[in-house]
Amino acid sequence: MIPADVKLDTLGYFCPMPIILTSKKIKDLTPGQVLEVASDDEGIKKDMPAWCETTGHEWVGLEEEPAGDKTIYKAYVKKT
Amino acid sequence: MNTTKLEPATALAELKETKPDSVTLVVLSGDMDKAMAAFIIATGAAAMGMKVTMFFTFWGLNIIRKPGSTSSAKDWMRRAFGWINKGGSDNLPLSRFHFGGLGTTMMKKVMKNNRMPGIAELLETAQDLGVQMIACTTTLGMMGISKDTLIDGVDQLAGVSTYLAEARHGSVNLFI
Repeated sequence: MIPADVKLDTLGYFCPMPIILTSKKIKDLTPGQVLEVASDDEGIKKDMPAWCETTGHEWVGLEEEPAGDKTIYKAYVKKT
Repeated sequence: MNTTKLEPATALAELKETKPDSVTLVVLSGDMDKAMAAFIIATGAAAMGMKVTMFFTFWGLNIIRKPGSTSSAKDWMRRAFGWINKGGSDNLPLSRFHFGGLGTTMMKKVMKNNRMPGIAELLETAQDLGVQMIACTTTLGMMGISKDTLIDGVDQLAGVSTYLAEARHGSVNLFI
């Protein structure tokens, strides 16, 4: 369990919405705070680390939670 | 669809100041599927902090025309052409399986049911994120499209030099 300061729900949204919503939400955080992004789009496993690498925010990690026939991916990003 | 509103002027100023990587896209196609790919790349790149320029030409101009706008040309050939070449981001056909509109309507329904943004929403998101949009003057003239029938927020009307001046600084330059 990774502790998060702010949570963002992007469940049901496909690429590129999770990344776009993340890029908007991260503006509300102060440096050092961690954002949790919940998504059911598997692409986020690769996309969020790539987004962090490009934007310079810190990639913290990913948690997977089974939810019925789906998986919820929780990606954690630390604002720099 | 929920989109958070950003002040476009602020977003653009921020982009110019802080974003070294740049992406350019030449959007020649007016097909819905290809336009979708173009906007997903454009909005994704903008969300990754890159400066994005979209250059619309030929059929791609239909994406940034106001819905239902026809040709304002004086000569009959371009006027006739304007009758069959309707603009508007909601009126784009699929490149395959359009089936006189039936296939495209079905695809849009599938997209909506799955909360996938359509071209109109993607266009709005791109503008919110400060994606720069340029319309090609040569093809505007050729197709008899006047600038007042383009949507608001098209930043510039320009030609190939403007595109190339951007593209030579681009790390990703695509033709769609």
